[in-house]
Amino acid sequence: MATRYELNKELAQMLKGGVIMDVTTPEQAKIAEAAGACAVMALERIPADIRAAGGVSRMSDPKMIKGIQEAVSIPVMAKCRIGHFVEAQILEAIEIDYIDESEVLSPADDVYHIDKTQFKVPFVCGARDLGEALRRISEGASMIRTKGEPGTGDVVQAVRHMRAMNAEIRRVQNLRDDELYEAAKQLQVPVELVRYVHDHGRLPVVNFAAGGVATPADAALMMQLGAEGVFVGSGIFKSGNPAKRASAIVQAVTNYTDAKLIAELSADLGEAMVGINENEIALLMAERGK
Amino acid sequence: MAVGILALQGAFAEHGQMLDKLGAEHFEIRQLRDLDKNPDRLILPGGESTVMNKLLHELGLYEPIKKLIEGGMPVFGTCAGMILLSRDVEDGKTCFGTMDIRVRRNAYGRQLGSFYTEDSFDGIGTVPMTFIRAPFAEEVYDNAKVLATVDGRIVAARQDRQLVTAFHPELTDDTSVHEYFMAM
Repeated sequence: MATRYELNKELAQMLKGGVIMDVTTPEQAKIAEAAGACAVMALERIPADIRAAGGVSRMSDPKMIKGIQEAVSIPVMAKCRIGHFVEAQILEAIEIDYIDESEVLSPADDVYHIDKTQFKVPFVCGARDLGEALRRISEGASMIRTKGEPGTGDVVQAVRHMRAMNAEIRRVQNLRDDELYEAAKQLQVPVELVRYVHDHGRLPVVNFAAGGVATPADAALMMQLGAEGVFVGSGIFKSGNPAKRASAIVQAVTNYTDAKLIAELSADLGEAMVGINENEIALLMAERGK
Repeated sequence: MAVGILALQGAFAEHGQMLDKLGAEHFEIRQLRDLDKNPDRLILPGGESTVMNKLLHELGLYEPIKKLIEGGMPVFGTCAGMILLSRDVEDGKTCFGTMDIRVRRNAYGRQLGSFYTEDSFDGIGTVPMTFIRAPFAEEVYDNAKVLATVDGRIVAARQDRQLVTAFHPELTDDTSVHEYFMAM
């Protein structure tokens, strides 16, 4: 009865209310797990370093990913390039728990995303608005995250994407049934998915925040704006005290409306990642793959 | 009187939806003051047991909840919740340890090992079972007894008023396991 796709959506449900952390070594993975990460994203370079290094950025070395799989008991995710279905096949072959078809890496295809329905392993994809989210879901994504702007420590784009998505969900909810066909046309997505959003007032899969989250307050902001969990990339291991900051962000996501607690959690965390403002950066990763 | 659902991380909302179907009152437990609402039953949901174990301690919830369980309050643990209640955890830390079972975490492997089946549950009949990176019990001893097995592996057990399942009844439309818990 339940298909592989259902099981994959359900794994994302188990991650809700949690923090998924970018790690580049087994040691960082252990720090993340001990700090309360509900999953880790294994990659060779965190987005801030990818941004600094420039050049083409690809899937990580499978040996490095396997090292992280062996180091922790929580789910391990890894990124492949947009449209690079062979990188995805490799990640499936090493039994990764979730593949992130990610704009953080250099796109391998500037037209087509991966046909994710052809895989047994689940996919998470970035989206800036409802149309993008539903297009990725129709291609087989079983989890969505905002794109934000990775590696910047600037939360503005994640906020923009989350607000845009939720505003459009509210708009679709208020449409008459006979207006859903036109909405599907405008959003460039199948009408069945639009109908789901109309009837349920939410995406058919779990929706996390990602991109630029650097502090417990950033994480709680995204949760209050409707995220069901948070990815933290460069924000942790580019900061002064990764273990303490990671643990504080985890607690802030669980009790995201308790300002008193978040005030305590925000104290004495040491240096946050320096960050770059969006108008200071040359490369907008969020513009990759629409 | 209401069911307190541990809501630190994971699929706690789904348990709330099941209880809504049964018309049972419930609330979320995210911090110590939530226990002032005086739960008469507890649910420990699926999610990551390492995360919940850590947050239980950091938020000061561990001791009070352990006391409630030891005092005989009915408790239902699914997946990660089963791990939290187990006395022995292979490759992991014991949390409450109030139930006489030994579990293995991620016993079916990674996500590609997740599966769905239907099998018999002692006292209910056939129930749908969704396993997501699930544990199973290697052994049940002393006062705990087996309620369900799948391919010879123990996937549900009960000890007095503690109930555990390795699978996720809250992810299906079938309310029978929750009804069983509410009648305990």
